This record gives sequence, structure tokens and C-alpha cells, in this order.
Amino acid sequence: MAASTETVRAVGALQKAFVEALLRPETPVPDGVSAATQAQRVKRFNVYRNNVHASLADAVAARFPVIERLVGEEFFRAMALVFVERYPPTSPILSQYGGTFPQFVDTFEPAQDLPYLPDVARLEWARNLAYHAADEVALEISVLGTIPPEDLDDIRLRLHPATQLIHSPFPIVSIWQTNTHDEEVRPIGTDHGAECALVTRPALDVLVTELPSLSASCIAALSAGDTLGTAVRDATTQSDAFDLATTLTLLFASGAVAEIIPPVPQPNERTTL
Amino acid sequence: MQADHQLATRVNAALPARTGVGLKPEHYREILDTQPDIGWFEVHPENYMGAGGPPHHYLERVRALYPLSLHGVGLSIGAAGPLSVDHLTRIKALIDRYDPGQFSEHLAWSTHDTTYLNDLLPLPYTRDTLDLVVDHVDEVQEYLRRRMLIENPSTYVQFSATDMSEIDFLEQIAERTGCGLLLDVNNVFVSANNHGFDPIAYIDQFPVHLIGEVHLAGHAMIDGGDDTSLLVDSHDRNVSDPVWALYTRLIQRSGPLPTLIEWDNDIPSWPVLEAEAHQADAIMTARRSNHGRLH
Repeated sequence: MAASTETVRAVGALQKAFVEALLRPETPVPDGVSAATQAQRVKRFNVYRNNVHASLADAVAARFPVIERLVGEEFFRAMALVFVERYPPTSPILSQYGGTFPQFVDTFEPAQDLPYLPDVARLEWARNLAYHAADEVALEISVLGTIPPEDLDDIRLRLHPATQLIHSPFPIVSIWQTNTHDEEVRPIGTDHGAECALVTRPALDVLVTELPSLSASCIAALSAGDTLGTAVRDATTQSDAFDLATTLTLLFASGAVAEIIPPVPQPNERTTL
Repeated sequence: MQADHQLATRVNAALPARTGVGLKPEHYREILDTQPDIGWFEVHPENYMGAGGPPHHYLERVRALYPLSLHGVGLSIGAAGPLSVDHLTRIKALIDRYDPGQFSEHLAWSTHDTTYLNDLLPLPYTRDTLDLVVDHVDEVQEYLRRRMLIENPSTYVQFSATDMSEIDFLEQIAERTGCGLLLDVNNVFVSANNHGFDPIAYIDQFPVHLIGEVHLAGHAMIDGGDDTSLLVDSHDRNVSDPVWALYTRLIQRSGPLPTLIEWDNDIPSWPVLEAEAHQADAIMTARRSNHGRLH
């Protein structure tokens, strides 16, 4: 016998009250939840409250270890708990929970003294996406040698599914590196300005590479589907300092390229019927 | 090509009546390097729902060497709302990819509307909630085209509406849907302490012919109010002595069963987990030899 509409509605009402009381600690324990005494009802219901909040805050902490190191464990916990309460996950895949945390950090009043935090958080989230991205073979730079020289200008690059660019007015790569790899954090001097991170995962390990700004601009154009020729001309127009060899070496060495798309044949080259 | 090759050389899917261990990323390399004598491994499918990367890389390799069980935490079988077809589709894809020996879920709910709460929440045991759970189990089994197992929960509160025993409730789900049961012995001990019932009587009454898998885990003790102690299913330490005693009693009655050591928080070094697994294996081996002598 299938559950009646009435049944579904009644169970739904109980679960709605349960969830409201879970997410808002000031809400009383819902009717229908029983224990030997009122004190025990509260203590016992609080185990569920704590499980929900603590496990979700832990899930956020697992994605943003550098943010946690930058602000300290206690501050991070408080910030993560506010995030969890306002934006609980909408999917049971916890590795996908936290994509809006960088924007949340950006608007979180107590964190405004550290303006670089949201961009470092974006870098950490990009690393998480790269970790779980689809597997594909990353091409070696030697494939360029197989392209007829007259076609080079018109090829397009399809980037590897893990590849992402994170631009920031702050030295996010330097901040991320010292907080990830150094036992004692290296102070980042004021001479460190904007940095752009290239995030890739050619095999199992996620890589973070700092890109010169003109290389970043060229790679962003390639990523958007521009031909190599257009991307290079735009970067060169911005500055003569653009270095194509360095850009291509960084791009291929970090495993960012999945496919070279040959030029589309021109109409006059098509076989006519 | 590599994945096809591995598929061809995989061990059989069926879980042996031996001890398995929850697979943790911290142990991937050690397991593949040393290939320990463990019966099987279990994972939460929700941790393997990304497109690629290290999780699938390692799970493919572990699956080539060991049978695998998928133990879901996100289907929310006990929720009033409809099952997520997206989630069922993802589980089906993992079953097709990894050919697990079992797929199990909990007698609990973890979603409401669009919110995922990441905890296994309790349900009153009534005719009404039974109908609801039966509908959902039917739907899952039809979608996946296989028999699933449903696990007894650990609970901290009860409901005034409850008018059936947990065993009765589980048995009726199995009878009406044809599903099997997963008996978590630690959950029995935790709930028995928290609600004041006799865990030995629960183990003795449990329908052992329906058990497809057994779970063992550690629990924590906290203040439950009014000088009572509350046990929490924390999965962060060794299996406790009274839980080992309950397990021994169960195995005496049921015979050896695929048994899992669950340890999900404060994850220990691999040898610690392996020792727990060997302890459960020793209890099953003792049962086999006693049984041999008696007949």
C-alpha cells in the first residue's frame, strides 16, 4: 500500500519543524520529540544540532585550509558556522559544498580587514574543482611542432577540464604558497602586487602556477576561444613585453592544454558539389 | 583503455563472510602498496561523485583487488519529500562503474526540501512512516534493479507517535520490499543505552536471515542531562568491549557475515584499522571452528 497524501503531509510537517529547530538554536525542540525529561529532550536534540553544524563547518574547513590558517581556527569556525546557517548545502555531495564561500567571505563584516581573503578563497575553491575535474591527457608542448607553420596563427586550444585562472589585485599565489608549504609563514612584502594563478591538474596532483599578467591575459583569451594569433596580437598590443615562448611553456608545462583545434577550412577551400 | 583492462582483471563483486574496512584517502597508497589481507572495502558513494581525479583513480585500483560495498548517506529514504532522481542517477552510475557487492542506505532522513543536513535524522516508527519508507525502498530497488540493504540507525531522541518496535519496523520493510538489512551492532548499543532497552534482547530478536552486512564502530559518551549519559555514534575510536561482546553473540547465532569496521573521524594509521578487522575475523573464525566441533 502506497503512502497516502495525508501521511506524506504529516511526516513532512514533523520534518519541517525538526529542520527549523536544527538550524535555529533559539527554536524550541519540536513537539512529538520525546525523552524522559525536558532537560534530556534538549540535551539529546542538541546532539543533532551539533552534528549538523559541526560536520558542515568541518566540510567548509576541509576546502579552505589556507583561509583557516590566515584567520585562525577560532575565527574560521565562527565564520563557517554563520555560512552554514545562512547557506546550508543543497546537495549530498559535500565536496561541492562551499562554492559560494568566497563571496560570503567578501561580505562578512568581521573579515573586512583582510581584503585579500575572498580571492585566496577563490583560489582554494578552484583547487577543489580541479581535484575532482574530469580526467584527460594533458598535451606536451612538442605537439606544436606537428602543426603546419602556416596554420599556427589559426589554431585554437581547448584547455584541460581542471584548468582555471584566478585573477587578483593581491599576491594570492605567494600568500597561498607560504601558508601551504612553509612551517613559518613568510611575510609577503608590499612590493608584491597583483598576481594571477593558473590552477591545473595534469595527473593526480593539483598545481598552482603564478602567471605574468600578459601571459594571463593571453591564456584568458585562448580559454575564451580566440585563435592563437588573435590572443597573441591582443597581448602584444597591451605591451611589447609580452613573451610568447614563456607563456606557451608555462601553459603546456602545467598541463593546461587538452586539445589543439585545427583551423576551420575557409569557404573557398571547401569541396563544392 | 586502462579502465577496461582493470575491469577485466577485477576480483568478484560478492562480499565474503569476512571483515571489511571503510576506505579512507589517508590509506589509499598503503593499501595498494601492501595489499593487506582484508576481505573487502566500503565507501560512501557521495565521496565518489566527482567527474575524475584521485578519488576515482584510487577506487578503481582498490576495486581491482577487493570486493566493494557502496554505503549511501544521501538518499534520505525516510524523508517525506520525493527521492532525488539526480542522486539515484549518480548512484546508478557508480554501481555500473564499480560493480559493488552490496548497496546499502540508512533508516533515516538527511534532506528537507532543498536542504541537505549531513546527518542521519530519526523517524517515528508508525504504519504511516512504514508506508513512506516502503515506497522509497521500492523506488530505489526498481531504479537500481537490485536488492538493497537498510541499516538500523543510532538515535538520540524518540517520538511520542512511535507505536512499533524498530525490529518490527525493519522486518516489515524487508518483508514488503524484499530488501535485506544491515545490522549495525554499535548503533544497537548506542540506542539501547540512550533509550533504556536491552541490547542483548535486540540482538537475539533480530531476524538474522535478512542480514546482508554487519557494521562495527566506536562511540563517544557525553552528558545526557539529569545525570544520564548519552552515547554518540562518533566513528572516531576503537570498537568498545560491550559491542565486541554483542557482535560475538550475534555471530554465534548467525554464523559469519560480511562485517565492516567503520572509522570516519580521527582516522588512525592503517595497522590500527587492520588490527580491528582481524579481531572481527578472529570472532568469525572461532565460530567456524566451534561449529565444526559441534557437528
